[in-house]
Amino acid sequence: MLAFILRRLLQSLIVMLAVAFIAFLMFRFVGDPVEGMMGVDARLADREALRDRLGLNDPFYMQFWTFVKNAARGEFGISYRLQQPVTQLILSRLPATIELAVVSASLALIVGVTLGVFTAIHGRLPPSSRETLTALAAIILPALALWFLGRGLLWSFGAAALIFVSTAFWAKSFFSQAVMAVSLVGVSLPTFLIGIGLIFVFAVELKLLPSFGRGQTVELWKGWSTGFLTKSGLLSLILPAVTLSLFQMTLIMRLVRAEMQEVLRSDYIRFARARGLPESTINFRHALKNTMVPVITITGLQLGSIIAFAIITETVFNWPGVGSLFVNSVQAVDVPVMAAYLLFVALVFVVINLIVDLLYYLVDPRLRVDGRSGRA
Amino acid sequence: MTEAPPPEAPVEAAAPARGFWARFWDSDVFWSYRHNPVAVVSSLVALTLILAAVFAPWIAPHDPFNPATLQLMDGFTPPGEAAMSGTVYRFGTDDQGRDLLSTILYGSRVSLFVGFAATLFSMTLGVSLGLFAGYRGGLADTIIMRVADVQLSFPAILIALLIFGVAQGVIPPNKQESMAIWVLILAIGLANWAQFARTVRGAAMVERQKDYVSAARIMGVPGPAIAFKHVLPNVLGPVLVIATISLALAIIEEATLSYLGVGVPPTQPSLGTLIRIGQRFLFSGEWWILFFPALMLILLALSVNLLGDWLRDALNPKLRQ
Amino acid sequence: MKIQRFAGLAALLASTLMASSAMAETLRWARASDALTLDPHSQNQGVTHNFAHHIYETLVDRAVDGSLTPRLATEWYVKEDDPNVWVFKLRHDVKFHDGADFTAEDVVFSLDRARSENSNMRQLHSAIASVAAVDDHTVEVTMTGPSPLYPNNLTNTFVMDKGWSEAHSLQSVQDYAAGEDNYAVRNANGTGPYILESREVDVRSVLKRNEAHWAETKPQVTEIIYLPIAENATRIAALLSGEVDLVQDVPVQDIERLKNTAGLKVETGPENRIIYFGYRMDDKPLKSSNVADKNPIADPRVREAMHLAIDREAIKRVVMRGNSLPAGVAMPPFVHGWTPELDAFPAPDPERAKALLAEAGYPDGFSVTLDTPNNRYVNDEAISQAVVGMLGRIGIKVTLASRPVAQHSPLITGDNTDFYLLGWGVPTFDSAYIFNDLIHSRNGHFGAYNPSGYADPALDAKIEGLATEIDVEKRDADIAEIWAQVQRDRVLLPIHNQLLAYAMKDNLTLAVHPENQPLMTMVTYGQ
Repeated sequence: MLAFILRRLLQSLIVMLAVAFIAFLMFRFVGDPVEGMMGVDARLADREALRDRLGLNDPFYMQFWTFVKNAARGEFGISYRLQQPVTQLILSRLPATIELAVVSASLALIVGVTLGVFTAIHGRLPPSSRETLTALAAIILPALALWFLGRGLLWSFGAAALIFVSTAFWAKSFFSQAVMAVSLVGVSLPTFLIGIGLIFVFAVELKLLPSFGRGQTVELWKGWSTGFLTKSGLLSLILPAVTLSLFQMTLIMRLVRAEMQEVLRSDYIRFARARGLPESTINFRHALKNTMVPVITITGLQLGSIIAFAIITETVFNWPGVGSLFVNSVQAVDVPVMAAYLLFVALVFVVINLIVDLLYYLVDPRLRVDGRSGRA
Repeated sequence: MTEAPPPEAPVEAAAPARGFWARFWDSDVFWSYRHNPVAVVSSLVALTLILAAVFAPWIAPHDPFNPATLQLMDGFTPPGEAAMSGTVYRFGTDDQGRDLLSTILYGSRVSLFVGFAATLFSMTLGVSLGLFAGYRGGLADTIIMRVADVQLSFPAILIALLIFGVAQGVIPPNKQESMAIWVLILAIGLANWAQFARTVRGAAMVERQKDYVSAARIMGVPGPAIAFKHVLPNVLGPVLVIATISLALAIIEEATLSYLGVGVPPTQPSLGTLIRIGQRFLFSGEWWILFFPALMLILLALSVNLLGDWLRDALNPKLRQ
Repeated sequence: MKIQRFAGLAALLASTLMASSAMAETLRWARASDALTLDPHSQNQGVTHNFAHHIYETLVDRAVDGSLTPRLATEWYVKEDDPNVWVFKLRHDVKFHDGADFTAEDVVFSLDRARSENSNMRQLHSAIASVAAVDDHTVEVTMTGPSPLYPNNLTNTFVMDKGWSEAHSLQSVQDYAAGEDNYAVRNANGTGPYILESREVDVRSVLKRNEAHWAETKPQVTEIIYLPIAENATRIAALLSGEVDLVQDVPVQDIERLKNTAGLKVETGPENRIIYFGYRMDDKPLKSSNVADKNPIADPRVREAMHLAIDREAIKRVVMRGNSLPAGVAMPPFVHGWTPELDAFPAPDPERAKALLAEAGYPDGFSVTLDTPNNRYVNDEAISQAVVGMLGRIGIKVTLASRPVAQHSPLITGDNTDFYLLGWGVPTFDSAYIFNDLIHSRNGHFGAYNPSGYADPALDAKIEGLATEIDVEKRDADIAEIWAQVQRDRVLLPIHNQLLAYAMKDNLTLAVHPENQPLMTMVTYGQ
């Protein structure tokens, strides 16, 4: 056990060092930092003096060593763009990103699992053509009617969406097939387009939800400001959270569906069915429980990637998190912030990976032989 | 972009393993294809779009990549209306007076080229590393798989952004524009190889235990030969599925990178660059500049995704009843 | 809970009462980027200065017509017996936000700080020999030579409180190598019309009206909420959905839509900024061209051809949607030295341009890379794209390299470009400012933005002479001569002066500021 943990820790350390090296390479190669710091006509001698003091004239390995030493202490220097300590900047932006990520992940998990189970159970049979036609007619006709009545496209779309959701109750296999198709549309749409589309519909046309920022925030303690406690904060969260969660939602839904379908084919489910247990007991007691382990693992891992995926969502919605800080820094060649962000994301992943590995080790005795084998 | 075969007719790779392809076509995959309208339609759509892109120079009414032929005064002409110069553009024109239909065709050419090349690159890299890791095992396996783990957990966009950033620093400024497309391919390719490696490595480890591999090894066939000749054909199915899906992914990634401002030059736009440009005119009423490129991107990604989805189900023996 | 609700009710009541008497007005002001720092001497950058002007104040201010007006200084003149000394008389009864008195010592401290080693404002004060307080309200600035135009350099140099600064050890400006941030980066104590209440960088800053400000008329806006929103679409969406009151950076394509939206209006006006193209024109071969043995642009006929290829009216009409003033000289009309004759430009003549190219020995043209910023000026990338097409039509094959401005500027200052787009604002409203940086050959403080390789010692000497020339007529004649030579040699390829657009709720009024530094004190409410 101890040896396993030690080996994992060592590997994590190597990963962090590798990422640190890449981050450091950026320091060296992405533009000349002195260029960004000094005024337009700083004299050559001044530039050289600053380079000396920043240690940019030291040998390569010395600079890397200094970088690692400082990074280990959480010191990344001063942002070239904003002149504030980088660590402080990132910490002040962190709450926004974490809140967005947690809400998105929960949304993705809840909706994804529900739809996944639903489509696995009801999607085994292709919908009959009568079911399909009835459902399509029920969706399209009212929408067309509304449109002809001059209520505008948004009403038509709204009505169509509502009826589509209601098909979950009376045209189940149509609904699950349609959900599968729609989910692929979701994966095929770039995140930024979804975000802009949502802003256009819900902020500009309907004026229902805010288009940018996090609204009013309340400081909980030590600089952790939350948007959960105010109405405007909660409203502001909706559009970015939906945008960010769509991709993960699709992923989880498809994963649950696939796992569930496999489990439903397994012998013990057939046996349970043969015993005459009610369908719902079979589906939720026996089948779902067995699909949850890989799902939770994947979700855990995805939480990390949600944080990084937030880059695009935060840019579109002007969400004041670390992602938009990163994009602004990339544009301004603010290398200390870029490097710190990279290391921060790496740290998040390494920690999550480590926890998942340890949990696996504790939960699944088979892995103790190998240390690790394929997980999902 | 012509070098990568359309997913439903992967004929070129057949030579080394005749037996495999015979099995492949005898299997119910083809049957499943013919009986799945979604697969048929999406493959037809994908094929049409790909062909249209490949033959864009012959199909497109204008050459949007030749700035000398552009009529700036024709800019912002709505679809179907006559422009200043009298020309009627079926899909309208963009802010530079480029015919949108032609620009989209040429743009999908760029997008597809990046997509195919990046996928090919990540496939080659991933399959080789996966085979090596799976077949060799030991330290090589640990290192490669650890790297793959890290790579998998990092979002592709971030990796691509980083590679792009480093490349910007390494390549001299006056070469950056001509290199941009290759940097893009490298960036997206490097961000997507881990999926291939993992799948192939898993399969290779399973195959390694099997009798025919042991037999080959006893007969003195060298390791790499066994890996490529015997193990590889057995994992081609899943590799094909991943390749299809990562093609769609690569096209979207290219669009997203372009949106974030790192991508091909605006004078030779990809679909993503076109969307970035078109997005500026969302509120000003020139909807077509955003709408048509976005539609093209969605159609392309969707049809490829649907195809991959079908392929996965068709190739998964567990799902056959 | 109860108390909170009561407080809320009281606030609501108060705000209705106030609104009826037009006293409490909150202005939500959105623009594309945030001030980089609160330290007034750290960055010489428009957005940063614009924000600082609300909190800090300068000795002199500039009116829209370009003339200097009093702010913290009430009068200024060259000392009678010494042409090298400027005397500034300071305003009485001015207090800093923390209550300290504003005195001559503060001005001495601030000018010394502004010209200290890490200050980005240093070049504007490089002619200062020493600064001294004569009495509490008189400051003497001794220059190294006669500097008739020096007060022009003071419009963005802000005055800090000496006592407050020393208490927080702010004698020097942010030093990147120091490893910690300067107190002034995130804290401010000025004499200005607004007091900083809170600030989250890149997110939101809140300013409250300074009730103790010296000006007789109080601004109508009592609270400013400053909101940087980088994405164009998001910023416009925020205005359309009513979440902000004023958007400063309006993309030209959205002007029409916003004008036609009920409840909104758009103010447009020219910015004091010229958009132009520059190129390397010395004899060294271009780095990005297929012509490897010489520089085609060094040939005056090629430069003439390039000028004849450009259709400025088409750029104005399509790319700028009418929001630009096409220009024939690289100088905004606000600038001293501008004449309509200089600003005339030739009609595009691609045929003649082709003939000139052939005459110069390039019948098939040549290739070159054009470097353009893509997030700095109005539609900068689209302008460059249009020019690529126009030059393509006469046979010059241009590759477009588009970058964020942070990566673009070093190419120019570092001599790493053959052909580039740049915009030049002229805060001193005088031609010398253009000559110093864009025309003078690269040497010491001169020619920082001149990678053209154009070097004429006689012209350089004439430019340097402008700074110390006291005879106004002689100076004007020199300026005219320099421009004549610049135009004859086609050192720069001007395109247009860009127009600015501010969009706002239709119950408020704010005119476009030529330097794009509007003060919210100027905002008025009511139709």
